[in-house]
Amino acid sequence: MTDIIAVSGLRKSFGTTEVLRGLDLTVARGTVLALLGPNGAGKTTLISILSTLVRPDAGTVTVAGHDVAREPEAVKAAISLTGQSAAVDDVLTGAENLRMMGRLSGLTRSAAARRADELLARFDLVEARGRRVKTYSGGMRRRLDLAISLLSTPPVVFLDEPTTGLDTRARAALWDIIRDLAATGTTVLLTTQYLEEADQLADRIAVLAQGRIVAQGTAAELKALVGGEVVSLVDASGELVRELPTDGTVEGLRAALDAMGTDAATASVQLRRPSLDDVFLHLTSTPTGADSDTDSRGRELAATKG
Amino acid sequence: MTTALSPTAPALLRRPSRLTTNLTFISRSLTHTIRTPDALVMAIMLPVILMLLFTLVFGGAIQGDGHYVDYVVPGIILLCAGYGASSVAVDVANDMTNGIIDRFRTMPLRASSVITGHVVASLVRNLVATGVVIGVAFAVGFRPDASPLEWVAALGLVAVYILVITYLFAAVGIASGGPEAAQGYGFILMFLPYVSSAFVGVDTMPAWLRPVAEHQPLTPIIETIRGLLTGGDVAVDGGQALLALGWIALILAVAIVWTALAFRARAGRR
Repeated sequence: MTDIIAVSGLRKSFGTTEVLRGLDLTVARGTVLALLGPNGAGKTTLISILSTLVRPDAGTVTVAGHDVAREPEAVKAAISLTGQSAAVDDVLTGAENLRMMGRLSGLTRSAAARRADELLARFDLVEARGRRVKTYSGGMRRRLDLAISLLSTPPVVFLDEPTTGLDTRARAALWDIIRDLAATGTTVLLTTQYLEEADQLADRIAVLAQGRIVAQGTAAELKALVGGEVVSLVDASGELVRELPTDGTVEGLRAALDAMGTDAATASVQLRRPSLDDVFLHLTSTPTGADSDTDSRGRELAATKG
Repeated sequence: MTTALSPTAPALLRRPSRLTTNLTFISRSLTHTIRTPDALVMAIMLPVILMLLFTLVFGGAIQGDGHYVDYVVPGIILLCAGYGASSVAVDVANDMTNGIIDRFRTMPLRASSVITGHVVASLVRNLVATGVVIGVAFAVGFRPDASPLEWVAALGLVAVYILVITYLFAAVGIASGGPEAAQGYGFILMFLPYVSSAFVGVDTMPAWLRPVAEHQPLTPIIETIRGLLTGGDVAVDGGQALLALGWIALILAVAIVWTALAFRARAGRR
């Protein structure tokens, strides 16, 4: 089979809260899929189900050819998970963390030590190897966390918001590592809130909203849904007055300005590329119950699409 | 670049043996104990202070003949065990609320072995603390008349009691919402020895409290240990000893089942 992850009709509720409502998703072997979605969309729940931490209520979920509910042990042998909170032991040193996890991964004592040394070097933690993890910075903890995930090279790697809270340099370093991983043929499923990150790393992007995949495609395809440019009218104090997407042509710009009405004639005009916000608002806007600002703005964007 | 990531990486995770898993987790928990000595120091200090308090300060008032130390030491030992074991609840709760439990649960191993690691480390910690407490007891005049066989039986009972209460606290640690809550629940259990025959005979208590003190699990355990260590030639009360073993078996069974159920229920609900 070419789809190493296959999800169909997946439902999951926690109490009365329905988090996933009939989610379908496939990920081809050896590709990187970025799962984009606002807070609370169900990204972490989906990752938890894929990694056997949470049992699905309904639907079928297979990872590496094994059903997550019926054969969790086989799934566990084929995956690694790097969750949102770093899964490292604060009291142990970086090297001890790696060696312990190596032992728990079935490596012999000497193999675990050898592998730990390699990963410490690869993740720029050689200096800090003998220090307790408690003293590590956020970026170092993340790197160690990811290094632990890569003690073996499982066919599928899940990364839940791997770069949240990292500075620019640490983020770039992590991106390099993820690219290396993809180059070895590992299938990577990562969640993120940053479109740029998805843009940089992913072959495909899936947008998750209200418990369903509402759009899938390459970054370019997703941005195209919103339009080429966004026209913003800003008043003298810098306050945003109005916004409309356009296709970027003179004709489109003129039409957009006309559509904005005459009451804002003294405002200044700005043009910008669509942001992740625009994609989100566009894709997650609901046709009903739209009295809030975000909803009406989302609908405007959606209306210009067709 | 790609070779840098995986020169010696195995392609798949191999399921480690049960023994390797347990030993790895035990060594982890023991390392924690050595590196965070506060818990160990407190587990020794508090019972020692209490023992000095009861023998030197209250002892004269409770029993003026100077033999109170012989009466109180078994109770202090169990108090020490309870106090030392309560820290396992905090250790377990820490693991359960930290992302590390998710890591263990997505690896091809028995994740509940992490609890075994904490329990064994706590057992070792408590046996050391108990040894110190008994040493201090001798220093303040504890003079048991136990034969070697009685000593073995008494220490065996203490060790089993420590195991049981540690398991119970591990279950508390899993079921509680977090380390702070675990510590709070731990405190409740630690007051149990006071309402038993540990410090004063139950016949000195008010009539309504006496049945509680007489029938709670600690009283037969303490009476049996006391009988073994300082009972002289009088044989240990067989009924009390059986009751003590029965309670221990029951609590152990409850704790093990509770631990397993709570672990399964808590898992994946973060």
